[in-house]
Amino acid sequence: MNKTVNQKAWFFVLPVFLMVAFNALIPLMTVVNYSVQESFGNNEFFWSGVGWFEQVLRSERFHAALLRQILFTSLVLLIQIPLGLVIALAMPRSGPWVSVCLVLMALPLLIPWNVVGAMWNIFALPDIGLLGKMINSLGIPYNYTRQPISAWFTTVLMDVWHWTSLVVLLCYAGLVSIPDAYYQAAKVDGAKPWAVFRYIQLPKLKHVLTIAILLRFMDSFMIYSEVVVLTGGGPGNSTTFLSIDLVKMAIGQFDLGPAAAMSIVYFLIILLASWLFFTLMMQDEGR
Amino acid sequence: MQKRYLIPIVYIIFLMLPIYWLLNMSFKTTNEILGGFTLYPHQFTLDNYATIFTDPSWYMGYVNSITYVAINTVLSVAVALPAAYAFSRYRFLGDKHLFFWLLSNRMAPPAVFVLPFLQLYSSVGLFDTHLAVALAHTLFNIPLAVWILEGFMSGVPKELDETAYVDGYSFWGFFLKIFVPTIAAGIGVAAFFCFMFSWVELLLAKNLTAVEAKPIAAAMTKTASTSGYELGLLAAAGVLTIVPGAFVIYFVRNYIAKGFALGRV
Repeated sequence: MNKTVNQKAWFFVLPVFLMVAFNALIPLMTVVNYSVQESFGNNEFFWSGVGWFEQVLRSERFHAALLRQILFTSLVLLIQIPLGLVIALAMPRSGPWVSVCLVLMALPLLIPWNVVGAMWNIFALPDIGLLGKMINSLGIPYNYTRQPISAWFTTVLMDVWHWTSLVVLLCYAGLVSIPDAYYQAAKVDGAKPWAVFRYIQLPKLKHVLTIAILLRFMDSFMIYSEVVVLTGGGPGNSTTFLSIDLVKMAIGQFDLGPAAAMSIVYFLIILLASWLFFTLMMQDEGR
Repeated sequence: MQKRYLIPIVYIIFLMLPIYWLLNMSFKTTNEILGGFTLYPHQFTLDNYATIFTDPSWYMGYVNSITYVAINTVLSVAVALPAAYAFSRYRFLGDKHLFFWLLSNRMAPPAVFVLPFLQLYSSVGLFDTHLAVALAHTLFNIPLAVWILEGFMSGVPKELDETAYVDGYSFWGFFLKIFVPTIAAGIGVAAFFCFMFSWVELLLAKNLTAVEAKPIAAAMTKTASTSGYELGLLAAAGVLTIVPGAFVIYFVRNYIAKGFALGRV
C-alpha cells in the first residue's frame, strides 16, 4: 500500500510510545545502572565499570545455564515446528469439526504458566501420576525429581504439550488462506500430494512459519514459571535455564550487579537473534 | 473418515490427558490421592471446590486476576488502535525504528524486569494494586496489539478512508463509526491475545503484588508450599483457572483461524 508521509501521525503513536517507554526505558536504565556499579549496602553505590560483565561472561554458571537454554530451545523448535505443520496439514479444512479442533487445541495456550507446571507436576508423579505410572509400568525407571534425564524429558514434553498448538494455529491459518484455485490448478496438472505441499503449500506458509519460529524461539528462551513449578530447576541444576538462574541471582541472593549484567547480556542475545529473523522476514516481504 | 484425521485426533487426546488428570485429582479426597493410583475418583467429592468458593483468600485471587487482565486488555487495545492506524496508513520520521523498538519489548524476558519493576512501581506508590500489574503487562501486550491491529488495518483498502472524507466525515467520526466496525474481527483477535498473555503471565504479576491484588495462580504456589501437600485443592484451583480461558476461546472460536490468517500472525 502507498503510504503518505505525515509527521502528525506521531500524535497517534504518542500514547503507545509514552506507555511503553515508561515500562521499558526506566527499568532498563535501572538495570544498566546496577550493572556498572558496586554496592556495599546502605544504598551506597560505587562505579565498577565493566567488572560485572566480565565476571558474568567468564562464569561457568552462566555458561552452563546458557548451554542448557540453547539445548532446550533447539529441542523444542525441532519438535514443535514439524509436528505443528504436520497436524495443521492433516486437519479438516471445513465443516463442524474445525471449530471443535481449534477450541480444544487452543486450550493449553490459555492456561496460566505455573498452572501448566503444576498440572504436569501432578500428571508425571511417578507413583500417582498417569504419565509417571505409565512409564514406570513399562519397566523404565522414571522419576523427574531425581533423574536429570527424566526431568528433561518431562520438561520438553510439557513444552510440546503447551505450545505446539500455537504452531498448528498459525500454519492452519496460513493453509486456509490459500485460494482454492491453486489446488484446482494442481489437480488439473495431476500433481502428487508431495508436489502440492512442496510447491504450493510450503511457499505460502513461509511467512507464518517464520513467525512461528520467531515466537517459539523467544518464548522458549524466556521460559520460567512452568519449569520452576515442575522441577524447581533441578534435580541439581540440570533444568536451571537462563531466566531461572537470573531470578535466583536477583531475588534469591540479591546479587544486583551480576544479575543486572546478566540481564543485559541475556536481553541482547534474544534481541540479536530476533533482529536477524526479523530482517530476513522483511527482506522476503520486499519491504 | 480419512486416515489422516487420526493425527489431529491423537494430538487432541494427548492434549486432554493432563487436563483429565487434573480434573480427576480435583474430585478426589486427600486420602484417596495419597492412598494410591486410581484412574477415576472412587470417592467423588466437591469439597475441594467448596473450600475455594468459601475462602476469600482463594476466591479473591480470581477476582484480582480477572480485574487486572480486564484493565490491561482495554488499555492495550485502546492505545494500540490509533498507533496501529498511524503505522498502517502513514510514513513518518522514525516509523520503522519505532515499530521494531516496540516489538523488541515483546522479546524482553520478564525475568529481566522483575526487580526494576518492583522498584519503579513501589516508588510511584502502585505496588500491590491491580493497576500496577495491568500497566506492567502492557509492556508486551501493547506491542503485540499494535502488531496484530496493523496487520488487519493494512488489509483494509485506503479507498475506504478517502470515500468517507468525501462523504463529509471528520477523522474521528470516520475512525469510530466506520473504521473500527470494519476491523472488529481484528480488535477481537488483539483483545484475545492481550487477555491470553496477561492471564497466563505470573512472574511479574506475583512479584508486583502482596495481598490486595494477589493473582489466583500465586495463591496456588502459596498453598503448595505452606499448608502441606493438598494436591486435591491445588488441582481444583488449577481447573478453575482453565475455565475463563475456555470461555474466551469459545467466544472467539470462529475468529481464531480467520484472525490468524487476516492479521499479522
